[in-house]
Amino acid sequence: MRQFLRDSGHLIRPAVVLIAGLAAFLVIRTALIPKAFGKFGHYDAASLDVIRQHPISYAGQDACVMCHDAEAAMRAAGRHARVSCEACHGPQAAHANAGDPSAHKPALPDVANLCRRCHEKDAAKPKDFPQVVTAEHSGGALCNACHQPHNPHL
Amino acid sequence: MDLSRRDLFAAGGKLLILASVGATFEQITGAAPPSEAYNMADHWWGMLVDIDKCIGCGNCVRACSRENQVPKGYFRTWVERYQVGEDQQPQVDSPDGAIDGFPPNTRAGVKSFFVPKLCNQCKDSPCVQVCPVGATYVSPDGVVLVDKNYCLGCRYCIQACPYGCRYLHPDTNTADKCTLCYHRLAQGLTTACCEACPTGARQLVDFKNPRDPVHEFLRRNKVQVLKPYMATGAKVYYKDLDGSVR
Repeated sequence: MRQFLRDSGHLIRPAVVLIAGLAAFLVIRTALIPKAFGKFGHYDAASLDVIRQHPISYAGQDACVMCHDAEAAMRAAGRHARVSCEACHGPQAAHANAGDPSAHKPALPDVANLCRRCHEKDAAKPKDFPQVVTAEHSGGALCNACHQPHNPHL
Repeated sequence: MDLSRRDLFAAGGKLLILASVGATFEQITGAAPPSEAYNMADHWWGMLVDIDKCIGCGNCVRACSRENQVPKGYFRTWVERYQVGEDQQPQVDSPDGAIDGFPPNTRAGVKSFFVPKLCNQCKDSPCVQVCPVGATYVSPDGVVLVDKNYCLGCRYCIQACPYGCRYLHPDTNTADKCTLCYHRLAQGLTTACCEACPTGARQLVDFKNPRDPVHEFLRRNKVQVLKPYMATGAKVYYKDLDGSVR
């Protein structure tokens, strides 16, 4: 038995080195691969949360009408009923989510360009969509000189 | 201290084995994710685009750009204007992605219409299949996303996307694309482009929600996905799409 142990030393020593190498591989692999990797597929599931952390710029229609009753009522009665507030006023999450919304006063839309983008005549637009050739239509006057943008009937 | 080589190896071996067992155990158990009201398994997101409602105003492009801080000159969504003559060969323009709308349409005697484009959130996405490092994937709720930390910037996915929906972000040098406003979905908000669309030409839909109008929409309308022959499992459905659209 003793003879066997002494002779097999040259096998045990490489085996120990091999096991140590495997263990080192496992340790390094575990340290490098994120914990959530492979939870749902071949990717790091933690990145889902990272992407979700992105800040919101557009507050959403519900946030606007919580406070702006008069404008919401006027809009709901007119042709712009399905146009969200932020479609024209731009992203307002900073205004809506502020402790004091009046401190983040939104800038008024640039009427000269705003209305034109939707209502300038273009053959590619749906036929029943109200369109004008702005150069001929108003003689250079701004749209809101005649139209109330929240309910744009004359 | 008198430490022989044999003792040193033995101690080192024990330490390594203990450490690996501990680390493996930690990986298997992991830290439990925080429970939240939004359950990814209950959703499967996509979009409907109604060609006949799009007026080419570019509101979606501007909203996307501002919501996601898309760098200037790059687009996660854009609008194309098609002008198709009798030969069915389309002329397409999209000045600056239509971020400021379109110049007046001068060509007469052709059919013309707008086509909003965005990532088709493919179920079997070519971009996911070619990624060599697992940086891009389809999330459990059906959105194709990019992990910025894993992305090498090799651009395989940009070439693989049949719809041209990806770009290399000039600051991070990683692939970037439409996330279907993933940060908004879990909060119950619609995407920025849908929020800003004045005509309802775009509609975020949840195929797993039985009350979602998408089911009625798909039953009642003639719909099409882009490049169906690519078999990508695209989840952006276009209503009344012309055959000339590529």
